[in-house]
Amino acid sequence: MVLVYITTQHGIAKSALETVSYARKLNEQVVVITCGSASANELEILGKYGAKSILVNRTIDGEDSQQLARLISSFALSLKAETVMFSHDFIGKGVAPRVSVRLKAGLVSGAISLPETDGSIKINVFSGKAIAFVKVNSPVRIISLLPNSVAPEITGVNCAVEEITGDFGAAAIKVLSTKKPEGDIALPEAELVVSAGRGMKGPENWGMIEGLAKALGAATACSRPVADIGWRPHHEHVGQTGVAIRPNLYIAIGISGAIQHLAGVNGSKVIVVVNTDKEAPFFKAADYGVIGDAFDVIPRLTEAVLKFNAENN
Amino acid sequence: MKILVCISKSPDTTSKISFIQDNKVFDENGVQFIVNPYDEWYALVRALELKETLGGQVSIITVGTANDDAIMRKALAIGADEAIRIDAEPKDAYFTACQIANFAKEGSFDLILTGKETINYNGSQVGGMLSEILDLPFVSLASRLEVNGNTVSVEREIAGGIQVIEANLPLVISCSKGMAEQRIPNMRGIMAARTKPLQVISPISTDDLTSYVLFNTPSSKAAVKMIDASNMDELVQLLHNEAKVI
Repeated sequence: MVLVYITTQHGIAKSALETVSYARKLNEQVVVITCGSASANELEILGKYGAKSILVNRTIDGEDSQQLARLISSFALSLKAETVMFSHDFIGKGVAPRVSVRLKAGLVSGAISLPETDGSIKINVFSGKAIAFVKVNSPVRIISLLPNSVAPEITGVNCAVEEITGDFGAAAIKVLSTKKPEGDIALPEAELVVSAGRGMKGPENWGMIEGLAKALGAATACSRPVADIGWRPHHEHVGQTGVAIRPNLYIAIGISGAIQHLAGVNGSKVIVVVNTDKEAPFFKAADYGVIGDAFDVIPRLTEAVLKFNAENN
Repeated sequence: MKILVCISKSPDTTSKISFIQDNKVFDENGVQFIVNPYDEWYALVRALELKETLGGQVSIITVGTANDDAIMRKALAIGADEAIRIDAEPKDAYFTACQIANFAKEGSFDLILTGKETINYNGSQVGGMLSEILDLPFVSLASRLEVNGNTVSVEREIAGGIQVIEANLPLVISCSKGMAEQRIPNMRGIMAARTKPLQVISPISTDDLTSYVLFNTPSSKAAVKMIDASNMDELVQLLHNEAKVI
């Protein structure tokens, strides 16, 4: 069977649905384990994506990797899980390695597809410049799935939610506060991203980037120089040393496409590049290119998107 | 305050990535190796800042061969006090974590810092594994770290936001952007690094939990389709009908 841990205390993310759908393709016996206060009504829909049952612990808040590792490992052992799955997100990155040690089970972190016939699993390495096939040598394997790698799939119906208890020790870390930018779409999960660079000439010109993003329902991002000089917040910086993203659509405006920037976005399914310089290296990595001044192209593109939205709704 | 910073080598960010021996081994020929940026810019520099305000010692550790002494000297030049190299080619993250844990368990470190991931294997595994082996708390993807007596205040990235966390020493933290600013070693640092201690330790044996069986480089993209700047309706139609992304 497959035991899937998902984070529910910040809402059920699309990446959670993807992870359950992936698990269902490995094995029909999928049990989801979670903790926190999400209601049974919120949780039971995971059955539609392939969960046979949901186990929820109400006493753990789901923020401490040490406590979570004890919880997940104990159920992995008692349920005799062959595979334990996580989403390769901020919680998965903290907990999956700990569970790997506890269970002496090899961890494939950031899986991008289902196992090959020889059992190896593809992951991105060298910041997306290459793909590696990783084989797990232990009887139990752990997989953390890179968000936006497989599509969530409805295969079943709501399932039963069961409350579980046990002693998993005290939480070693205390969350004092959570700051969430309001109204923004979380960058790592965004399907559409509008990103801009130094070509925008100054932070005061970002209104048109936000306007285009809003028209598309996209998140906004930026290049490293723009974050470093303080035009945009650091969490928007995509690239090798910032956030790596793999949206369905990445629109790069006034970004030349240095190799370090490409490393953070080369997992994008479709790339559109807008640049005044026809020699910009980014065009080589693009699917669609527009040579032109952002201040001229962006308002036109926004208008075209708004027109498209009006015609299609 | 005793701080241990885990260092990995990685290819320079502009390196061409290719593989040899039937795509089973990374081709190091002509590749310039650097200290993994997350380990250097964020973990090491923040450790040095903490030492400068609170006193103490910053040790750096890597798992690697004698070829890695050059990057360890660089980290010493930036300001670390001593270096430890576990003399082995790292096999996977579990192997690396076991080696570091075996050293760290005797060292009574108050704080162990890692980068959030390496830019070559991108696994984000060693910090979490290390903390489990040592039975310590772990905070991943930290973008700010303050130490106040026995307590640390940490900010960490969560989906689309930032969490402020409190925990007690000792613990393990993986560091991401925002933690500190890159430091360039000066001539005095480079000279001093030559005589700082670099201890070489034999590895312990561990289980091989995973292996990298094959590598591939993505096939090159089809040629870019250029669209006239005056015809954004066409671009929107292509994104809808051809690319099917909107």
